[in-house]
Amino acid sequence: MVTEFGLRLAISLTQIGAVMCIVVITVLILTLAERKVLGWMQDRMGPMEVGPYGILQPFADAIKLFFKEDIVPAGANKFIFTMAPILCLIPTFIGFAVIPWGPNWTFEINGVSIKPFVISDINIGILYVLAFASLAAYGIILGGWASNSKYSLLGGLRSAAQVISYELNVGLAIVGVLILSGSLSLVTITDAQAGWFWHWHIFAMPAPQIFAFVVYVISVVAETNRVPFDLPEAESELVAGFFTEYSGLRFAFFFLAEYANMVLVSCVASALFLGGWHAPYPGTLMELVGLSSWSWIESTMWFAVKTYSLLFLFFWLRATLPRLRYDQLMRFGWKVMLPIALANIVVTAIAVFIYQRI
Amino acid sequence: MSQLFFVYFAGMIIAASVLVVALKNPVYSALSLLVMFFHVAGLFITLHAEFLAAVQIIVYAGAILVLYLFVVMILNVKQDDRYHSQWRIAGFVCVPLLIEVMVLLSGGAETSTTGPRAALASSAKTIAPDNTLAIGQTLFSTYLFPFEVASLVLLVAMIGAIVLAKREIGEQDNPNPMVRTKAAE
Repeated sequence: MVTEFGLRLAISLTQIGAVMCIVVITVLILTLAERKVLGWMQDRMGPMEVGPYGILQPFADAIKLFFKEDIVPAGANKFIFTMAPILCLIPTFIGFAVIPWGPNWTFEINGVSIKPFVISDINIGILYVLAFASLAAYGIILGGWASNSKYSLLGGLRSAAQVISYELNVGLAIVGVLILSGSLSLVTITDAQAGWFWHWHIFAMPAPQIFAFVVYVISVVAETNRVPFDLPEAESELVAGFFTEYSGLRFAFFFLAEYANMVLVSCVASALFLGGWHAPYPGTLMELVGLSSWSWIESTMWFAVKTYSLLFLFFWLRATLPRLRYDQLMRFGWKVMLPIALANIVVTAIAVFIYQRI
Repeated sequence: MSQLFFVYFAGMIIAASVLVVALKNPVYSALSLLVMFFHVAGLFITLHAEFLAAVQIIVYAGAILVLYLFVVMILNVKQDDRYHSQWRIAGFVCVPLLIEVMVLLSGGAETSTTGPRAALASSAKTIAPDNTLAIGQTLFSTYLFPFEVASLVLLVAMIGAIVLAKREIGEQDNPNPMVRTKAAE
């Protein structure tokens, strides 16, 4: 009993550690990739100084932030000021627990069944992600309030309104996928999309979720406070928004949380709409060659390709679009995105109902 | 093991609830309310109601409490003592609640082991691990009418809020606000 529990704990901790490492490495890559991609799109080189071709820039940034002085402004609420970056970071990392990275395999070790590519396959997977994503707003709003600065407070309040408005659209955009797959578990949803790429939920019959996908992507851009929806940190109006007063490691936490959140929403999008770890063709090439025990590499690589393509979309938007005005943001969220998401639910429900009768 | 979890969650719920009303800084009160919501969600998980736990966090912690914090921050109330001298109202609310708890503890204990709670426990065993499916089927078959009524009430409240919010703008730029609100209705 005790050994079984210990084994389970050890396996889970190993998986958590591996996923944390992957996410942090991805964030490091993203910080460099963002500057490089923006540079190329603006016809310049991007960072070139540190290391060959500037590839060591993330480490230089990390070391710089680590050794900066940690300033707590006078009149700030010290307890909440310290807690806010952590409150921002933890919910984002918790969300990765239900993301399926690779094939839905099950191993047996001493009677303990483990799934190597998902930390925990719980039956409310996607709701769990949404629940913790909604908590990330606390870090931002409390950080803005505790800084005792008007810019920070305004940034925090803007962020609260924005996150609540767009979270609703994220939730509604997902409902169509849930109707199609009949499950809330991300593993089951991904398994429902096996086969050719037209089985992915974005193209799947009887109700392609293409509109839901567009609504989802736009809403998560708003929810992660990225350009063109980065009003909580609009530098031309609010200096830096909710983290104006933050410095050093605490600023790094906010930064890490924002990028980890981008990775999380891209993972969820590729699992829900783009077939997750499934290749665009049935099975894997490795199985055809006869190396079926190595096919997980191909599967996880497909997942990575989909996730990184979505992350590239974030950078692309940032390089292309100007920031929205606040009333435009709210009008767009409530009067354009919400009706599209609701209509998608109605159409999908009717289509699935008729499809089942035929 | 589950007893241990229950004691922890119940204790934390009580402690956090007391802190919500006892703390003087409204932001701290909202934060202890957040802690309380989390532990209520934990209680749901010990009862194998994962769907309810997730909805509890999404709705209460993710949406409603953020709005509370929003209002508290806009009002900028800092350690206001006005809201801490309402002993008469508190007593008025507390005494009936206390009597209810007394009645429940004295009379309700013997029936609870055989009454509806026992039936619930036996039905909980038959419910499949997919708790979401069970809730959906019950909600749309047995409790369909109350569910529809509840959504209608919420819709009415939403329309009412929109009408109330609209009227103020209408009064400013429209000389005859009644015409506008009639049209809005």
